[in-house]
Amino acid sequence: MKLIEVKQVSKKYGDNVVLERLDFSVEAGEFCTMVGTSGCGKTTFLRMLLGEETPSGGQILLDGKPLPDEPGEDRGVVFQRYSVFPHLTVIDNVMLGAELKSSRWIGKSFGARRQEIRREAKELLDAVGLDHALSRYPAELSGGMQQRLAIAQALIMKPRVLLLDEPFGALDPGIRTDMHHLVLKLWRETGVTVFMITHDLKEGFSLGTRLMVFDKIRRDAQAPNAYGATITYDLPLKHADQSTQDSIASEVAQTSRLLAGAK
Amino acid sequence: MRLINLSPSKPLAAVLGLLPFIVLLLLYLNASEARLAENPNDKLLPGLTAMVDSVQRLGFTEDVRSGEYLLWSDTQASLKRLATGLAVSASLALMVGILLGTLPYFRALAGPIVAAISMVPPMAILPILFIVFGLGELSKVVLIVIGTAPVMIRDMAQRVLDMPREQFIKLQTLGGNSWHLMLRVVLPQLLPRLLAALRLSLGAAWLFLIAAEAIASTDGLGYRIFLVRRYLAMDVILPYVVWITLLAWLMDIGLRVLSRKMFPWFHGQQEGEA
Ligand SMILES: Nc1ncnc2c1ncn2[C@@H]1O[C@H](COP(=O)(O)OP(=O)(O)O)[C@@H](O)[C@H]1O
Ligand SMILES: [Mg+2]
Repeated sequence: MKLIEVKQVSKKYGDNVVLERLDFSVEAGEFCTMVGTSGCGKTTFLRMLLGEETPSGGQILLDGKPLPDEPGEDRGVVFQRYSVFPHLTVIDNVMLGAELKSSRWIGKSFGARRQEIRREAKELLDAVGLDHALSRYPAELSGGMQQRLAIAQALIMKPRVLLLDEPFGALDPGIRTDMHHLVLKLWRETGVTVFMITHDLKEGFSLGTRLMVFDKIRRDAQAPNAYGATITYDLPLKHADQSTQDSIASEVAQTSRLLAGAK
Repeated sequence: MRLINLSPSKPLAAVLGLLPFIVLLLLYLNASEARLAENPNDKLLPGLTAMVDSVQRLGFTEDVRSGEYLLWSDTQASLKRLATGLAVSASLALMVGILLGTLPYFRALAGPIVAAISMVPPMAILPILFIVFGLGELSKVVLIVIGTAPVMIRDMAQRVLDMPREQFIKLQTLGGNSWHLMLRVVLPQLLPRLLAALRLSLGAAWLFLIAAEAIASTDGLGYRIFLVRRYLAMDVILPYVVWITLLAWLMDIGLRVLSRKMFPWFHGQQEGEA
């Protein structure tokens, strides 16, 4: 059975058509990377999957049922920034989700239950390589460490879907490679379904099982907002070769110039 | 070197900071001496000895009528009003600010009225307070609350709205509900900002306290100043003003230190590793 079905989804803000005619489905356990020029609607799509935005047309189904209109614990998320809570230490950030679950009223746990949650959080922090920084605050961590923390924090909920919006966009290239290995490892271990946005085509090609390219096929230089972006390539990754990569790169660049010219 | 690139060493900075105080003091003493030389009974610029005498009389000898040490009983009465007023304002600001900032329905309902109330000049409704609450303690505390709470409420609400939306989304993906958001995300992040808002409200709180005491009171620092004004007793007024300034300054420092101690994450301090 399909985990996620996207049926003729479109999204408009006023006259600005951002996305149109999105129609595809995703199996549980897939790792989808999404690329496209900046401003073409990748984040907007992710926010619809989150439940933060609702489609203007069409429908998104999760497990055959319409997606709830608000975020929930079955869909974890890591943003480029601000994913972790600045007032909580590393360990408290990871424990938070489990604590909220164990106490509907005060959102804090005590005693044996707390020890259990703490152990679980420590294991996750071990897995992302942050076991040495348990009592530090996020502001004391490097960008890469903050993103590792955000991933561990999301995974404690054992989400069905993990949504990553340019999670490594602000990191140095060397650290980025480490993060790729980490995400792939966690994906294999947990079997979570991943959607990851990246603005780096190479990153899109090297990670994951499926590459989706967001682009505008219908371009009108006079009215750049009249048509939205849609998915122009939807590739199982093992079949992607260099020439496809090159032609995608040039098409995306063309749209990028068009959008830049419209501003 | 350019002026913008020159900075004083620490001891030099301390000396520089003291300099204006010393200059001001010397100017005063000079002027006072000149006036007293002309007229030994001059009341406008009393000399140091006159002021020390007054402090001695008000602070360290029992008042014959009440049997109290006036400076301390005045201070106690004023600080109690100030603390009560500020505590009420801070609690209101925290509660209403959180609701305004997190719940769009509450914002729609209460946002405009809070904005309107914050525009009412508190002194203009002081007579109403006296009529409604009488001349006792309550009306003075209420004046401080009305004078400081609306601004603090709006500040707190704005701080919540300024928090990255990502945090709100993130908490929901961790299974949190609206209450969890307020309790575990918004409240703890607002507390250091509340202390900062309190520091900024100190000036207004003192202003309204002294105004209320000047108009209707039988004790308090503001009452004393306005009482002795009738006798042009600058030798009492000046030490009282210095004392009030010192108290306000100490409160400001106290709140800053408290904030740094309680919220290291907010002040970006380095904490030890695990
Ligand atoms: N809340 C919103 N209101 C109006 N327009 C929006 C909103 N969110 C996004 N947009 C518009 O949608 C377009 C796509 O934005 P986004 O999804 O962030 O692009 P990407 O993530 O691919 O860079 C942009 O033109 C942006 O201005
Ligand atoms: Mg984006």
